[in-house]
Amino acid sequence: MIRAVIVMNTQGKPRLLKFYEFQPPEKQHELTRSVFAVLSGRPDNVSNFVEADAIFGPGTRLVYKHLATLYFVFVFDSCENELAMLDLIQVLVETLDRCFKNVCELDIVFNFNKMHTILDEIIFGGQVLETSSERVLKAVEEISRLEKSSSSVSFVPKSVSGRFGR
Amino acid sequence: RSEAPIPDPFWASLSSSSMAATSSAPSLVDTLFQRSLDDLIRSLRSSSSSSVLEAAAITRALDEIRREIRSPDLDTKAVALQKLTYLASLHHLDMSWAAFHALELLPSPSLPHPRVAYLAASLSFHPSSTDLLPLATHQLRKHLAPSPANTPALVAPALHVLALASSADLACHLAPDLLPILSGQSSNPLRPKAIATALRALAVCPDAAPVLFKPLVDCLSLSSEPSAVSAAVSAFCELALAAPDPSPYLPLAPEFYRLLVDSRNNWVLIKVLKIFARLAPLERRLAVRILDPVCQLLRRSPAKSVVFECIRTVLSSLSDHDSAVRLAVDKIKEFLASDDDLNLRYLGLQALAMLGPAYLWAVEESREVVIRSLNDTDTNIRHQALCLIMGMLRESNVVEICNLLFKYAMKSDPDFANEILDAVLATCGRNVYELIVDFDWYVSLLGEMARNPHCAKGDEIERQLVDIGLRVRDARPELVRVARDLLIDPALLGNPFLCRVLSAAAWVSGEYVESSRNLLELVETLLQPRTNLLSLLVRAVYIQAVFKVVTFSFISFIKQIQAFDTKSSADRNSAFENENDVATADKAVIFDSIDNNETIKHESLSHLLDFVETTVGPLSECDNVEIQERARNVLGLIHIIRETQYWDIVAEHELTRDKKISEIVELMEAAFSEELGPVSTNAQKRVTVPEDLILNENLSDLAEVLGDIDVTPCTSISFSLRCHHPTETKEDSAPVIEPSSLLAEHRKRHGLYYLPTEKDEVESNDYPLANEPLLAVSHVDDAKDIVKLTAQSFIPRKAKPTKPRPVVIRLDEGDGDSSSGLTMVKEFKDDLLSGAIRNVLLGNESKPSSSCDMSSDRTSRRGENDASNNNDLFSQPKESNALDGREHRKSSSRKSRHHTRHKEKNGSLGNEDIEETSHRHSTRSSRHQGRHKHRERGDAPPDVVSQEPVIQDFLL
Repeated sequence: MIRAVIVMNTQGKPRLLKFYEFQPPEKQHELTRSVFAVLSGRPDNVSNFVEADAIFGPGTRLVYKHLATLYFVFVFDSCENELAMLDLIQVLVETLDRCFKNVCELDIVFNFNKMHTILDEIIFGGQVLETSSERVLKAVEEISRLEKSSSSVSFVPKSVSGRFGR
Repeated sequence: RSEAPIPDPFWASLSSSSMAATSSAPSLVDTLFQRSLDDLIRSLRSSSSSSVLEAAAITRALDEIRREIRSPDLDTKAVALQKLTYLASLHHLDMSWAAFHALELLPSPSLPHPRVAYLAASLSFHPSSTDLLPLATHQLRKHLAPSPANTPALVAPALHVLALASSADLACHLAPDLLPILSGQSSNPLRPKAIATALRALAVCPDAAPVLFKPLVDCLSLSSEPSAVSAAVSAFCELALAAPDPSPYLPLAPEFYRLLVDSRNNWVLIKVLKIFARLAPLERRLAVRILDPVCQLLRRSPAKSVVFECIRTVLSSLSDHDSAVRLAVDKIKEFLASDDDLNLRYLGLQALAMLGPAYLWAVEESREVVIRSLNDTDTNIRHQALCLIMGMLRESNVVEICNLLFKYAMKSDPDFANEILDAVLATCGRNVYELIVDFDWYVSLLGEMARNPHCAKGDEIERQLVDIGLRVRDARPELVRVARDLLIDPALLGNPFLCRVLSAAAWVSGEYVESSRNLLELVETLLQPRTNLLSLLVRAVYIQAVFKVVTFSFISFIKQIQAFDTKSSADRNSAFENENDVATADKAVIFDSIDNNETIKHESLSHLLDFVETTVGPLSECDNVEIQERARNVLGLIHIIRETQYWDIVAEHELTRDKKISEIVELMEAAFSEELGPVSTNAQKRVTVPEDLILNENLSDLAEVLGDIDVTPCTSISFSLRCHHPTETKEDSAPVIEPSSLLAEHRKRHGLYYLPTEKDEVESNDYPLANEPLLAVSHVDDAKDIVKLTAQSFIPRKAKPTKPRPVVIRLDEGDGDSSSGLTMVKEFKDDLLSGAIRNVLLGNESKPSSSCDMSSDRTSRRGENDASNNNDLFSQPKESNALDGREHRKSSSRKSRHHTRHKEKNGSLGNEDIEETSHRHSTRSSRHQGRHKHRERGDAPPDVVSQEPVIQDFLL
């Protein structure tokens, strides 16, 4: 099972955090910090795996990719294959790239909800469900279409009228 | 939502009035000009330059959110919740207080509202922090129901909340609601998500197995969509790997086998391989069966991930099959050879590490790569290489390799140097130094390690120095020499990491002072001015060592004179036999040293005392109590020595005639002669309980008096338990007698102070003697030379006997393996789950083993036609039978323990009450209850029983 997905920038600021086993906020903070401490100490051009026993408990591994200003980190246990996880990071990045057209850190910063929508299509409850970025993209577009059509009626005027109507 | 404020006086006045009216309730302005999530992010980014500014911005945003989230307008509420979710997720704020507001948004007809709420819930809800979860039950059920309004966009986040945040109750309640999605149309895009949710539901609530398991199995069928199959296989992989006993999943082997042979999806193949790696050890014929497809994959698959998984499967579960292992080793070599891809090399090294000791030749063949990897830039690879090398350590090569590594550590960067030291310390210290034959070498290696400039492993070195002192008598002289070398080096005193090592060295040279060559030098070393750099506690150890040295030199001085007086050696021996017989051996050592080496002169002793007095004197005013106390002890001792009559008389013969002196000598000898040794953790059990101490006598009146007052009365009781002198017991015996419940209560509360009660101690000194060739230490000047040097084989050679291994005192309870307590709970739960699954898959009420049933079935069918295989048939089930029987017994004993506990607790209640409470509290019995309930609905078991024959066909 995948234990966590972390996207953070090279300064250690988290951009997307998803823990598939509940962690209270302080613990999340601590975990992100220790992950960053490990990653920032690693030079480029080294392997992408890190033993994460000390951070996430026995048997856990961490695979990461350093792309531009971001670290993409997947934490997983013995039920997953290391190289497959590396591919999965690629799937996530590719999907983001297609979704935002040349994704950069800012896209990820300002699209909190969409990031979660995309991630939830790929990984659900810690299980990998979809590995084709095309199908992920289709599902995400469908969701945003539905959301738009559903919320187009409710704009600021509605809230005002609703208020006076009472 | 527009963010530009409209400068309109009407709105302004309205907002100010409403603000004045209810300051906490959301104002119209809040609603109208609410900042969106983007605005919030922008404001946070503009203030991100300093943490103070950012914190202020967050506080302001939170205040805003607190107001907005109470708005009756759902849009406002949704945006507020969205902002809060953002802050909570990426700025680590607690948002459990807003749980109710999230629930309020769930029924909204506008799609974004429930989606926002579900996202918030999946990120922040958990049974441990939110007690509002039950309130969501109805809404979740509504959203899960099959209806055109419930689009995947709405159902998926609902499922996610159920998967990530649900409690056992919620999962049990909603498990039936997953069924329409799980077993409905195969094209339902939600099906994979429902499968993943069902997996999580099973994990938190094993009782749901009868409902959920059958549909999960169906998802594996041919007719399912590939995505559903993939999800189902992942789910089974998760279940099988988590179960302590995966045998309940054996009946599904044919399905998995079909996937292994047919599937072209790498994700599915990986998961299937993982499942087989777990199942194959249970069923030998299964291993034979999958051997071929796995080897095919290993040869043909273009995907490295699948190849690696095949390697792992072969090494972990098919290691009996030589050809497969050879193939895997070839593939590992390919991995190791890929210089451009560090990931593959790393994984290759890991795979090597998985090889058992039987396949050392494989490691040997890749020796060069392994050694070269020690020099890699990647810390992972270096670490893995180090582990591999440590794994190859044997008695015969430990000296050679450790020396080599130690030299290498001198040259590598601090982190890795410490990693090497750590590995060497851990491996050599493993299982009471089982690898070490030459303790003199090891002790001097420990001393050298402490001198490594990067050394930060002082604590472990300290522990081992003292431990070896206690356990290995033969190593003591060398130990004392190493300790002297450490103590005498003034450069080491300033290193804070070495404080502990020096403390051990000081203790060793004080405790085993009889092995010391030069007492005056030792005292001077222990009292050198730079010791003021040490921490106060270590200085206290130093002074205590001085105390022992002074005592020893005085005693030996007197003994020497006595010996000189009486001349005859026979007399001398008898004098010693009269004394305390605890440490005659030690005394013999003392004698030898006096006879052979030094004769302590009156002047030199007097000089020593003077020196100690002048240096320790100022410390008796020290602020630190430990130092002050010890310094005063030393001074007091010197005072006593000086006070003895005729001390000032130069004629040494006069001295011995003072009776007082012999008294003092006896006293001091008694104080230090008893040897310290390692203490078993079960030592308390060996203390015999005095006969007149009745621990089990009723003390219920005390329980009544004490009521619920805790701690203090109990402490006094625990003290009384310790005393074993009859006199003391008499005094205490009134309050001591205590009902076991009170004791248990106390034990629970102060478990820390109790010793574990497991097995009785048996001391075993019958350690197999091993031998060790002393190899010349090779000098390494360059990292590259390391490769050349280790061109020698790692494989243990036949060693020539040079020196027997000294006796190492060993207590049976062993060092270190004191886990198990924590894992119990989880195991129990897993056990429940696999029990439930066994029931579903095999439809057995009284869960006898799966293979038991299979065997009877099988033999009846097979018996006639195939006699040659009969042996195989019979031997196999027997094995698994035994295994299952053990499992069964374990779980039933657990169950009974569980029940007794309940009975004890509820002793005063009526029988029916016991029934009720145990049903409510014990998960196990509630499982039975749940199963009966579901059985009545009659959904799962009857169909599933028919699965049984499937495995028979497959396995035969």
